[in-house]
Parts: sequence; C-alpha cells; structure tokens
Amino acid sequence: MFLARVIGTVVATKKSEGLQGIRLLMVQPVGEDDRPRGKAVCAADATLAGPGDLVHVTESREAALAFPDPFVPVDAAIIAIVDQVHLEEAA
Amino acid sequence: MILARVIGNVVATVKHPGLLGRAVLPVQPIDEDGQPAGESFLAVDHAQSGPGDTVIVLREGNGIRQVLADRKSPIRCLIVGVVDAVTPADPLP
Repeated sequence: MFLARVIGTVVATKKSEGLQGIRLLMVQPVGEDDRPRGKAVCAADATLAGPGDLVHVTESREAALAFPDPFVPVDAAIIAIVDQVHLEEAA
Repeated sequence: MILARVIGNVVATVKHPGLLGRAVLPVQPIDEDGQPAGESFLAVDHAQSGPGDTVIVLREGNGIRQVLADRKSPIRCLIVGVVDAVTPADPLP
C-alpha cells in the first residue's frame, strides 16, 4: 500500500464487464515528501477522489476486494483520501 | 514479514469501510542493523504501535484477512508486532 497523487482521469467505453461503473484515475506514486516515485499507474477509485488529491492505494488481489461483488478485475485501488501526513523527526 | 520503523502517521477522513477505526502509518523498511532498506510504504496498525517503533510488517493479504477475521478486507500491509530487540547470532565458526 502506498501514497499517490491523482494526476488525471481515465475514460474507457469498452471494458471488461466487472469494470462497469468503476471510476478509473491515473495516480503517480509519491513518497511522504510528495516527491514522485516510480511510474504512474491506472487505479480504480473506491472513494470519489479527484485530480490533485493525495490518496492511499492498495494493490494486487486486495485492490479487487475494495469493491463489492461481483469480481472487479483491477490490481490497484484507491481506498482513502489522505488529508495529512505527519512525519516524526528522525531520532 | 519484514522489519520496519514507523516514521509518522497518516490522517484520512474519507476511507474504505475496511479501514474505519484503524490507524494507517507510513513505515520505512530496515535491515537487522536498523539501517533503512528500500522504499517506505503504508501499513495498517494491529499492534498498538506508533511513530519511532520498530515493527514487524505482514505483507500477505490472505494472512491479513485471517488475522482481521474479515474476508473482504482490502488491507495488504499489516503491522503485527512491535519489536523490542533484534539480536544477531554469533557468526558461524
């Protein structure tokens, strides 16, 4: 699970049946310092996040579990909109 | 499972029902000497841990769903223990 910044929306008309009604967003993984980390991915949204939001993304099988049945074929899902990240000073 | 250090906390108001009432913490993986090893990520707390603690993080969804007794949990990284000490064994002769 990681932090990411929503950088855009994805529109797909023809898609797998399980993806009907699922919002898709492009997210750029970021560190706690908000610096981009690695490549952007397309994630399914379980929260109603929008471009610019800092979000909490879960991956793999657990991404599909973020949605109600039937099975949703996704491998990245937004499961929270992050308000704030507090960092503890290094001891 | 890996060793990691809790480096802060994350506040979110809008969240999946599977995260309600659970603390989400950013953790930095460390090696047995306490040095950072790899990139930080988010984990859900299940051991009353807090910033500064060295913890054991379980990163296997099925195990986590059994621990939480929730067959639909979207959690993928769970803090399952707070580490008191790591004692390296004597080197082999």
